[in-house]
Order: sequence, then C-alpha cells, then structure tokens
Amino acid sequence: MTDLPDDTGVPAPEGPSDLIDTDYSIGQDNIEGSVGPFGFDIHNPVFAISGLSVVAFVFYALALPEQAEEIFGALRPWLTSTFDWFFLSAANVFVLFCLALIVLPVGKVRLGGTDATPDYSYIGWFAMLFAAGMGIGLMFFGVLEPAYYFGTPWGDEPLGLVRPFDENGNLIAANVDEARRMALAATSFHWALHPWAIYAVVALALALFSYNKGLPLSIRSAFYPLLGERVWGWWGHVIDVIAVFATLFGLATSLGFGATQANAGLEHIYGLPNNVTVQVLLITGITAIALVSVLRGLDGGVKVLSEINMGLAFALLLFVLFAAGAMTILSEFGRGLVAYVQEVVPLSMPFGREDDGYRQGWTAFYWAWWISWSPFVGMFIARVSRGRTVREFVTCVLLIPSLVCIFWMAVFGGAAINDMVANGADSMVKANVIDNYVPELSLFAMLEGLPLSGITSTLGIVLVIVFFVTSSDSGSLVIDTITAGGKIDAPVPQRVFWCIFEGAVAIALLIGGGLGSLQAMVISTGLPFTIVLLIMCWAIYKGLSAEPR
Amino acid sequence: MYTHIMVPVDLAHADRLPRALETAALLGRAAQAKVTYVGVTAETPTGLGHNPDEYADRLAQFAQEQGEQHGITTAARAYASHDPAIDLNDTLLKAADDLEADCIVIASHIPNVADHLWPSHGGAVARRAKASVFVVR
Repeated sequence: MTDLPDDTGVPAPEGPSDLIDTDYSIGQDNIEGSVGPFGFDIHNPVFAISGLSVVAFVFYALALPEQAEEIFGALRPWLTSTFDWFFLSAANVFVLFCLALIVLPVGKVRLGGTDATPDYSYIGWFAMLFAAGMGIGLMFFGVLEPAYYFGTPWGDEPLGLVRPFDENGNLIAANVDEARRMALAATSFHWALHPWAIYAVVALALALFSYNKGLPLSIRSAFYPLLGERVWGWWGHVIDVIAVFATLFGLATSLGFGATQANAGLEHIYGLPNNVTVQVLLITGITAIALVSVLRGLDGGVKVLSEINMGLAFALLLFVLFAAGAMTILSEFGRGLVAYVQEVVPLSMPFGREDDGYRQGWTAFYWAWWISWSPFVGMFIARVSRGRTVREFVTCVLLIPSLVCIFWMAVFGGAAINDMVANGADSMVKANVIDNYVPELSLFAMLEGLPLSGITSTLGIVLVIVFFVTSSDSGSLVIDTITAGGKIDAPVPQRVFWCIFEGAVAIALLIGGGLGSLQAMVISTGLPFTIVLLIMCWAIYKGLSAEPR
Repeated sequence: MYTHIMVPVDLAHADRLPRALETAALLGRAAQAKVTYVGVTAETPTGLGHNPDEYADRLAQFAQEQGEQHGITTAARAYASHDPAIDLNDTLLKAADDLEADCIVIASHIPNVADHLWPSHGGAVARRAKASVFVVR
C-alpha cells in the first residue's frame, strides 16, 4: 500500500508523462451485477468468450481425445520444425532490442512518471519475478536438461557437442570436459537472456502503456499505437481472449503435469501410490493454498509465498553447491558462464545449422513455450514494476535473472553431470535420464547421490508444490484483471472463480485425458504471439520516444 | 461530540452513497466537525483517473462539492494501493489513524449470505476501528 500523504487530497504529482488521449474510459464495457449474493464486474465480451471457449475446448478434449491428440499433438512439432527460423530470429530481436534499451537515452524513462518511486524492494520484486517466471521449470529442468544433453544418444545433441559415451555406454574421458561445457552452455541458452527478453518485452509494453500512457492494464493496450481506437473493439477482444486462453490452459495443463510429477516424487521417496486419486488431491491442495493466497492479495499472499519459495530454493541451491563440492561447482559456474558467452551467438543462429533435433525439438519448443507464457508472466511483472526506470527494469529483468539461471544450471546440472561421470553405469541420474527416460525423477536422482537425500528430496517436493501455488495465484490475478477490462479492483469472488476454474480444468483433463494435447495447443499460441511481441517492440519504442525523460 | 469525521467513499459507485453522505453531513454540522472523504484507488489506471493523482484531484473536487452542498468543512484524502480489492479495509483503518478521526461514517449493503465468506467493508471496519463507526444501510 502506498500512502499519498496530503491533507488536501492532492498529493505531489508523480511527474509528467505522455498520457494517451482516448475517449475510452476503463470499465465502460464492463457489466456489473451479482450472481446470487456474489457481485461481479466483468468485461463484455472478453470474460464470457474466454470462459466459454475454455469449457468448449475441455469438452472437445474429453469427448474426442484421440482426434484432439492427433490434431494438437501434430501441431506442435509441425510449428517448431517449420517455423524454427522464425522463433529463433524473433527471440534474437527481443534480446537485441532489450540490450539496446539499456544503452539508448530512452532508458531513462521511468515507469509511472518521472517522480514515481518503486513499489517493492529488490528482494520482493525478484522473488515475484522468479516465482511467476520460471521457478517450476528450474526445479524440473535444472537436472534433466544438462544431463540429457551431456548423454543424449538420440541425436538431438546441441551444436558440435562431442558425445562423452561410446556405443556401449562407457565413458570417453577425453570428451567429458567439452561435452560438459557444451551441455551447460546449451542449457543456459534456454534459461538466460532469450526467455527473460521475451518476458521483459511484454512486461515493459504493458507497464509503459498502463502506468505512463494511462491505458487499462490489459494486453490490448500495447496495440494502441498500431490500432488506435480500434483496440477497444474486436481486435482488442481477440488479443485479450488469446492471452486469457494461453494463461489458463498453460497453468491448468502445467498443474496437471505438475501433480503427476509430484506424485512420482512422492512414490519414489515415500512409496505413496501413484494414481489419479492422489494427483487430484494434490491439485485440490495446490488450488486451496492458491485460493488462500489470492484472498490475502498481492502483498499478503503472492509476495509472501514468493519470498518463502525463494528462501527455500536458495537453501536447496546452497546445499547442493556445498554437498557437491563448492569449489568444483563454482568453477563449473565460471566455465558455464564463459561457455554461454562463447556459444550464445552460434546457438542463436536461425540458419545454416545441422543440429535439427536440438534447434527444433528443444530451442524452438522453448521459445514457443516462453512466448505462450509471456502474457501471463509479462503482465504480472508489469503489475509489480511501477517506479523503475526502463534501464533499471530491463537490466534487472534481463541480466540478473539470466545470471541466476546460469548459476542454478551450473549447480544442479554440474552436480548431475559429475554424478554421471563419477558413477558411470551406477549413476542414478544416468539411469533416470539416459538409460530410462523418467524426467520427473531426474532431480530426485541427483539428490540421492548427495547426503541427506531424504530431507532434500522432501524439500524438492515442497518447492515444486509451492512453485505451482505461486504460478496459480499470480495467474488467477492476471486472468481476473484481463477479463475485468484492466481493473485490478474487481470483486474478490471473481479471482476466486478463476483460481477454482483453473484447478477444475486441470482435474477434468487429468481424469479424462487430454493434458498433453491441450498443452501442445497452448504452445502453438506461441506463433501468433511472436508476431504480437514483435509489434510490441515497435510500440514500446514509439511509446518511449514520446515520454519525458 | 466529534471533531473529525471520516467518510470512506467509492467514487465509482457514488450513487450508492447518498444516505451515508447525508448522515455524515448531519453529524458534521451538529458537532461542527471536519468531514474528510477517504478514497482508495489502484496504482494502475482506473475509470476515475489515469493515475492516483488524477483520482486524488477528483476526490478533492468531490469533497469540495459536498462542503458547498451541506455547508460543512471538508477535506479529501486519497490512498493508492497495490491490491485495493483486498487491502481496502486495512487502508481505511490506517486512514482513520492517520487522520485521527474520532468518527467513521461508512455506507454498507444489506447483509446477505456472501458476508459469511467476505464480510462487508463496513462490518470489518466497525469491528476493528478505534473510533465510533456508523454503518449506514
């Protein structure tokens, strides 16, 4: 809460900004009323179309699972193999654009006006950025991805990676260092500058057009420079509906898969049964905690949980760092960072490469994935970033999370690769990633090679669950804001509705099947959104140029 | 009897406020107390202003109009909140402390079943405020 201390009620101005002169009044298309005793304030027609189309797609996936699987299952590989050059090129544009914003004079523009002050401390801000942005991915892929690239026998090794195992699975000592270097670089590539540039573009566009231009906090607002007043009509409705759709299905399918992963972990460690009942209970539990969080609000719920999560993740990071040998891992980080810097340009090249398996199956997939999540994460980052200058914003959203991710990958990936090198055929990591591909157990397999694995694995499961809660609560806030026409003070029952709806969709898809096909469909929204993001870059530059610095 | 009366107002729904505003004006005149209208806004643009400053201007204008209409001394105080839908009650209680208000006049709806899940703002403020609270229905 920010006090505006002035007895006259006219507080000191936040400084001049270039407001957009539009006749549109926020909430003018909203319908207010009540369902029984519960009030609502929703955008017409975005709320209804989003809700109904989600229900329609869930019914479709449940009624015709094979057809849905066939269509959406084929859509994703087709997109990533046909448009890999487009995803790679666009992501490079986003990185270059963000780097340019750091050095160009427009970097001085402050989000919220020249005299605005940041709402959150750096710690609270970073915690929320991470928890919403990629927390759960770091838990899932931190071990899996480096270990996979290091030992993949499936021909999708990254550019120029020399295989460290021969055909019989025996280690080729001479190749280990180079394979390790490339595996860490190729992993970091997917978690550093490029994804954070994608988030930064969306977040900056939303923050700029909302805080500085006075437009509603909604995806459509970033299109005002292109569409003008038409942005309040069907063009805008379509953009917002796709954003809600991608966010809700992205969260629901992740929640469904997350429950199966957490269940696999619980079975592995405690011998709990691995079945749909346990998974439904997990989703219900996660949704219930997320519900408490959204009811406690941004400061009392989402921020607190994000900070707890960061604390736990940091504790696990430190444990793995010291248990796996701090000096070795720190030098791993140094080497990983150097390797990333050396390889980021070759790995970013959209053309003239022969590593199709990696480039299309991993990189293009990741880029589509990050982009499909960007409306949600970008909007959430925008919501908590008022008061930062553009330079500070881009530096903090792009460079610092990138370094943290590279460090995380060096610690978890480094420990996993060390396990594979030291234990050879007996390595639990190798057994669960290379010999049998059981990705959900990769983290626990690595932790088993370290002391106190019972405690750390439990911590790992707690982290996975709480990261889901922080995605679920922030996602509910974002969906509620978009479907309320950019209002963040819509009646509380609405955010409760979205939180429960998301859990219900996850449970329906888990029981009836269809998680995979709908997740594939969400990732497919990455293609239209890539075009949306490219337009956003242009809109940001145009918007920033008109701002007083 | 009272020296400073605080009146929480939701400018977006000013049509639901007349009884509370009348009550506050009556009390203000009778006790010759200052009446301060308190509003809580989001930091994002809303239908009432592009930013918290514009909202504060509008609230000040509202307070001035009330003063002229009822012949009382008025003021306005705007607060910006990260999450007004949730932070509202705490913000109003903080405002009462900041203003050292000894009386709060707050409009509220007729209780219904939803109040068991989400107590009304009037009810929540009445339960926790140190000052006298008039909940006007």
